[in-house]
Amino acid sequence: MMQKVFLLELLRRARRPEGCYDSRPATSVQTHRQPVLRRTITFAALLLVLCACSPAPEAPPFHATDISGSSFGKRLALTDHNGKRRTLADFRGKIVLLFFGYTQCPDICPTAMARFAQTVKTLGADAERVQVLFVSLDPERDTPEILAKYVPFFHPSFLGLTGTPAETDAVAREFRVFYARRQADGALGYTLDHWAGAYALDGEGRLRLYLAPELSADDVAGDVRRLLKN
Amino acid sequence: MRRPFVTLLCALACGAALAAEPAVRAVQAWARATAPGAPNGGVFMKLENSGRADDKLLRASADVATSVELHMHRMQGGVATMIEVPAIDVPAGKGAELKPGGMHVMLIGLGKPLKEGAKFPLTLHFEKAGVQKVEVSIQGIGAGSAAGDHHGH
Repeated sequence: MMQKVFLLELLRRARRPEGCYDSRPATSVQTHRQPVLRRTITFAALLLVLCACSPAPEAPPFHATDISGSSFGKRLALTDHNGKRRTLADFRGKIVLLFFGYTQCPDICPTAMARFAQTVKTLGADAERVQVLFVSLDPERDTPEILAKYVPFFHPSFLGLTGTPAETDAVAREFRVFYARRQADGALGYTLDHWAGAYALDGEGRLRLYLAPELSADDVAGDVRRLLKN
Repeated sequence: MRRPFVTLLCALACGAALAAEPAVRAVQAWARATAPGAPNGGVFMKLENSGRADDKLLRASADVATSVELHMHRMQGGVATMIEVPAIDVPAGKGAELKPGGMHVMLIGLGKPLKEGAKFPLTLHFEKAGVQKVEVSIQGIGAGSAAGDHHGH
């Protein structure tokens, strides 16, 4: 541990801008050659040492976008697929992964849900402190009964949430989730244009991360582990 | 150097003209398994066009669904939009790829969920290549994405 602190301090010193990133004219560099060179060597040597002892001492950035401190996404009131009323308070102490979709969606939604299933698998025992929520944006077609068939198929721990159209609107507004009906001429009647991202909330129910659809299951698992540590 | 090349081209052209195989072929057709309660599914495939004329996929039909449509996904500003398209162009030499996040054959009103490992027939109707039957293999629900079990190419 002491060694790690020492290495960090050395790294900080070696990183000072006047050392490695000298932008002064050549003549001036000439006179400062000694310290610049020494620092560069120290830095290079340190890098080698640090590479040898993983994990890196400084926490890597999240794969997702850190949106901690956002003023929105504070509350939710819906019915789960077992018919139980739910708010964010029910999931205190757990990292909540919140996805918004609809069961008639053939591509984006199952892909996102399958990714969360893979994330939960990757997390192993840590998954007990994670709750994946599927919020339906199609309350007229996605009844609790439909969600009870659909959502647990991805993972038995996942919960589907739905509500009245007004409740769904309120949640979408609160979480800044865009969705709109698109009339379809064919057999579908209508489809939904919808925001394809997801959120991660921490154990206190605070909005922490925006998860882009491109993130892999491993990326999400890594970020969840970081949230669990804090 | 030039002559063998021209000869080779001729040979290829003649070969293509003589072959009984249609110029347009659907390969690697697969569908994602569906969750119970999900009434719709997507079929993905590659449409190869080795001929000289552009072709079009006009429609498709399958017994597993009450209705089959051609759809396109668009992702704009993080918002996913799905729209029905009248046809899918299959240009000569280039072909087309139906893949997750892009175009797909949409199965609407599945009688029962698509189960991983199973297969079902799909009929494709092309403007020039006519009617073709293709066997669709059902892959895992996370197939074709970063989520896991990538389908083979």
